[in-house]
Amino acid sequence: MTEVRRGRLKIYLGYAAGVGKTYRMLDEAQALKQQGVDLVIGYFEPHGRQDTIAKTEGLEFIPRRTLAYGGSQFQEMDTEAILRRKPAVALVDEFAHTNVPGCERVKRWQDVQVLLNAGIDVLTTMNVQHLESLNDQVWHVTGVRVRETVPDWVVDEADEVVLVDLTPNALRNRLERGVVYGTDKAKRAMENFFVETNLTALREMAMRHTAHEVEEKLSPASATWAETAAALAAGEGSLEETAPAGRQERILICLTGSPSSAMLIRRGKRVADYLQADCLAIHVARNGEELENVERHMSFARNLRIGTHIAEGEDVPGVIAEFARTQRITQIFMGRSTPLPWWKLFRETIVQQVVRHAHDVQITIVADRRRPA
Amino acid sequence: MDNRPNPEDLLRRVQADERRESRGRLKVFLGYASRVGKSYRMFDEGRRRKQRGQDVVVGAVQGVVTPDIQEILSCLDVIPTLAEKHGGKDYRVIDLSALFRRHPGVCLIDGLAYFNPPGSRNPERWQDVEELLDRGISVITAVNVQHIREIQDQVEKITGRRPADSVPEEFLLEAEEIEVVDAPPDALIDRTDGVAPDSRRLAELRELALLLAADVVDRQLQDYLDSHGIAARWGTQERILVCLTPRSNAVDMLKSGLRNKLRFHGALLVAYVEQPGLGPEDKANLESHLAMARAMEAEIHCLQGDDFVTTIVEFAHEQRITQLFLGHSSRPKAFQLMRTPIDRLIDAAEDFDIRLFPHPEAK
Repeated sequence: MTEVRRGRLKIYLGYAAGVGKTYRMLDEAQALKQQGVDLVIGYFEPHGRQDTIAKTEGLEFIPRRTLAYGGSQFQEMDTEAILRRKPAVALVDEFAHTNVPGCERVKRWQDVQVLLNAGIDVLTTMNVQHLESLNDQVWHVTGVRVRETVPDWVVDEADEVVLVDLTPNALRNRLERGVVYGTDKAKRAMENFFVETNLTALREMAMRHTAHEVEEKLSPASATWAETAAALAAGEGSLEETAPAGRQERILICLTGSPSSAMLIRRGKRVADYLQADCLAIHVARNGEELENVERHMSFARNLRIGTHIAEGEDVPGVIAEFARTQRITQIFMGRSTPLPWWKLFRETIVQQVVRHAHDVQITIVADRRRPA
Repeated sequence: MDNRPNPEDLLRRVQADERRESRGRLKVFLGYASRVGKSYRMFDEGRRRKQRGQDVVVGAVQGVVTPDIQEILSCLDVIPTLAEKHGGKDYRVIDLSALFRRHPGVCLIDGLAYFNPPGSRNPERWQDVEELLDRGISVITAVNVQHIREIQDQVEKITGRRPADSVPEEFLLEAEEIEVVDAPPDALIDRTDGVAPDSRRLAELRELALLLAADVVDRQLQDYLDSHGIAARWGTQERILVCLTPRSNAVDMLKSGLRNKLRFHGALLVAYVEQPGLGPEDKANLESHLAMARAMEAEIHCLQGDDFVTTIVEFAHEQRITQLFLGHSSRPKAFQLMRTPIDRLIDAAEDFDIRLFPHPEAK
């Protein structure tokens, strides 16, 4: 079997619907076509925007497939048909989209991985708020919990991330003129998500994230740990055997079954990524503890390429401290312990105990960051 | 050093609001290299505004006019720049009096960083633009990040060259709108047939432009929140606060704070709560740590308050801190009956992470 060159991935990154991501992508497609590149549209979401639709003129469409689910018809990208057609470049709109149940893969970005693995270059579009690591921050700033997320490593692996910028003022003008949505929907959008503070904050995030991607490509973190985590996720070897040596910073996230663990994982991983640090997660299971919620968090962590470990023991802080020592951890991430009731004030919370046990390591207590009402 | 409510900022905002009433609006297209497409985007916006009924005039065209720009120019009114010769050099100066007479709604000015010849009405083109704005004419303009005065040191480190013409960053910060014209460097290299600087340099300039724009946008966001009385707690930028106490491991905290600031392109603040009756050794320690913080160009704040925890928490909220660095003042004891300030701080901190640094003796 001959090794197939992996396709190149280029992401047009924006901060809201209507900033012109698809338009820019199609602009590039037209330029490529003029150069004679074999190019198809794998998925295109017109949203009824005339100037964008006009940009698809002369480009080849791969017909979408129709799936029935819950009594309705859904149209999805036909990944197999694109593979059969095997173009040099495929355009795939809305990278963060979740497929309807019944598709081979849950997420469109996973379909894109299949195309890339087959050696097809992909141009795609997404908004910054779909990045997994920004999920809590976006919720905090806008009040919207974005459900369709893309793990950061998928975006980090892109060969190119291009910022599609438009000022919020220009975007709001476009909305008012009904370019982005119909006028009714536009009015609602303006009152909700498209308020000036939201747009400005998201735009700043998009700029900072694009700058981060540019910087990562200038000095990429060694892929050692990411590879190790991937091997662990695939069940090859234990954490002890596979841990690479000689990295500067190593972050350990202490997970529990609490819902706030998701936020803890995202925050810890984001800090690790920016510091180019290794990232691990541990849960210490007490005897007979129900692990269903913990397992869910662990699998979420593995999807973000965090190496996970479940230890057993009654002395939770002791096990964490010992694990931190053997794994040469430099920083431990924990959630805040629930404050103890007054009659237990002279007892120590788990956080306090870990601080006492692992006193030679930095310990980060991650804030709850509840949204102001 | 204590710049908490900052009356200067308030004054600046009020004055800016007053000026804005009668002033034209400024929009800047920011790019990171020539031919990234700034000028095209600017003229294209002028064309679209004209189609929507605005009175648009071109006040300055700069550099090579590509066929696509030429096409746009042919459907816009152009008030040509005046040719002047000085010291054997050719200059093109904006015809301000013609523009004042014509008084359009919107004026397009390319090459914002241009320096006028000696003896001109204004030494630099951005000052000409100020005059247009002052007379109620809105301006759309384009500039390359290499020409922003305050970051030219960084640019010189990257490219080894320092463009003579420049624009102060403050002028950019006053713009109502700034838009980044981003394109991957490889596309740029194709377009310029390999004569562009190598892709690494371009990537570094590109990052500079993106971060500069993010800073401008951050300031706009902050102005908007302040002027609407909204107290936003979680900003979009990482802001790190290192709390100095006389006996904590300040050196590690400061070094790590600097690394975090650089990696996140965030802000580094250093604060200490004034304590009466410090011994000479503690005083000397504090002084040397402050000197280190100053060398790192951290923002240093001396806080006053009776209670350490309340003072720090209030300050952190005010400053939209996302990570607070704190050191143990002694080796943690095996068992402590009283809740320490650190315990209380952890309870009080809902909106920022707390990173605890080991006591030097623990290592």
